[in-house]
Amino acid sequence: METKELICIGCPLGCMMNVAIEKGQVIKISGNSCQKGEQYAKKEVINPTRIITSTVIVKNGELPMVSVKTSEDIPKDKIKDCMKELKGIIVEAPICIGDIIVRNVLGTNVNVIATKNVRGQN
Amino acid sequence: MESFDIIIIGGGPAGLAAAVAAKEEGCNSILIIERDKELGGILNQCIHNGFGLHTFREELTGPEYAERYIERVKELNIEYKLNTMVIDINSKKQVTAMNKTEGHFTIQAKAIVLAMGCRERARGALGIPGYRPAGIYSAGTAQRLVNIEGLMPGKEVVILGSGDIGLIMARRMTLEGATVKLVAELMPYSGGLKRNIVQCLDDYQIPLRLSQGTEEYFSCDTLLLSVGLIPENELSQGLGINIEKITSGPIVNDQLETSEEGIFACGNVLHVHDLVDFVSEEASLAGRNAARYVIVSAEMRESLAKINLIELISGKGVRYTVPKYINPIKMDEVVTVRFRVDKVYREGSIRVTFDNNEVWKRRKKIMAPGEMEEVKIKRQDVMSESKLQNITIEIIE
Ligand SMILES: Cc1cc2nc3c(=O)[nH]c(=O)nc-3n(C[C@H](O)[C@H](O)[C@H](O)COP(=O)(O)OP(=O)(O)OC[C@H]3O[C@@H](n4cnc5c(N)ncnc54)[C@H](O)[C@@H]3O)c2cc1C
Ligand code: SF4
Repeated sequence: METKELICIGCPLGCMMNVAIEKGQVIKISGNSCQKGEQYAKKEVINPTRIITSTVIVKNGELPMVSVKTSEDIPKDKIKDCMKELKGIIVEAPICIGDIIVRNVLGTNVNVIATKNVRGQN
Repeated sequence: MESFDIIIIGGGPAGLAAAVAAKEEGCNSILIIERDKELGGILNQCIHNGFGLHTFREELTGPEYAERYIERVKELNIEYKLNTMVIDINSKKQVTAMNKTEGHFTIQAKAIVLAMGCRERARGALGIPGYRPAGIYSAGTAQRLVNIEGLMPGKEVVILGSGDIGLIMARRMTLEGATVKLVAELMPYSGGLKRNIVQCLDDYQIPLRLSQGTEEYFSCDTLLLSVGLIPENELSQGLGINIEKITSGPIVNDQLETSEEGIFACGNVLHVHDLVDFVSEEASLAGRNAARYVIVSAEMRESLAKINLIELISGKGVRYTVPKYINPIKMDEVVTVRFRVDKVYREGSIRVTFDNNEVWKRRKKIMAPGEMEEVKIKRQDVMSESKLQNITIEIIE
């Protein structure tokens, strides 16, 4: 059996939780004050995911960079590789919010999309 | 002289929401003045997600949240001027501004909404010596450099202060390849949200040190300061508006009107907010009231001004309240009073007292200075208490 300490981010109380794990299964959670903490702990221990936000370079735009995000959560251990994928990318203005910058990033079935409109230089 | 019914100073989330609400209230002559080259204010550099959970029930990034309001402003054909800096407002409600194409000009307003936001507390406020020392930036400046200009200030970073912007930048700089060695906080608790501590520091094993009084040496080429925000009130001070010492923002009544009639304030210029959703909500109220102010006749205004205001008193544990006064005749059905507590309270209660009668009390599992609290004051309750003078809000341990 393995135990992990976690701080719940569900509300400002920030309960310190202790999670016992056996064979990849959560068998006991303590320290949480409500149901939300339990759900968070399960997700966070078994399959932690995050939305990644960053920027990529824009050519011929009114701004030098455009902000981007993964359209959904991706596994936490893919964050570094996702950043690497974004590193060399250069897109051409104009860009609209929602435009796909990288399709199916790292085979996750999640796209990286633009979060800002960048008009072309005039 | 060119004139508008309402002039809004600042095109950040506060200015945008105020403009939209004023227009929806029926005002057709509105101008937003923004010194930057685009609308959206500080949100343009906040590329992380977590905005708009209250307003749109989804997690947006800063630029996406801003765009929702910018679109609305454009749909409603609200006028705005970019690259234009307001340099003076006088008590006749004349606004003086300048830009490259029109030079220096003055326009007349019937009502003004102050929405200039805030700036970061700088190096000087901490007594860090030197004339522009290299490698020391405020966290917000670094955020702008990385996210908007695409420039990295350095490779080895130490962050002083654990405000949210500092935490967010710890993650951002790490993702961009820098090593963040430490976030150091003078206080015994972090000023940032739990969520940011977990997702910005713990995820990347960045250590957070709270007040320890010990000495240790860390080498770095970049020091970021995240030590608080101050409302940008030079223009308000020039006008002679009364300023609340604790917030450094204007003192306002329930209409969000400052001590100068017809001049309203909202957003970070009024008091520093952690959540942009509340900025938008507050700003809508200011915009609506500015529009109503323009419509109401001068005589009506004068008679309303004679009514005795109810003062909101910050009792034990409460640092300040916004608003500071309520006009019992003009007040909305419900007035939201926002405030901050002075320290962390576990299992404390918020108590509201009308003169000497307790009218409301609620237990809270936790209250902390980093999270804004609110209570709702109902018009119906206020009306049933004749000659009410003071409303006290306090924390019971
Ligand atoms: C660096 C930083 C990071 C933040 N990160 C987050 C976050 O992650 N999540 C969150 O919910 N909230 C965050 N906030 C808070 C949130 O963004 C603010 O609450 C919100 O942007 C405040 O809106 P505002 O319109 O009052 O101010 P601002 O967004 O600051 O807008 C004010 C505008 O007024 C303009 N202006 C000022 N003076 C003049 C003048 N004299 N003439 C013309 N124009 C003028 C400015 O250029 C600016 O565009 C952050 C705040 C800062 C400062
Ligand atoms: S477990 Fe419940 S009470 Fe505790 S921090 Fe999480 S959401 Fe808040």
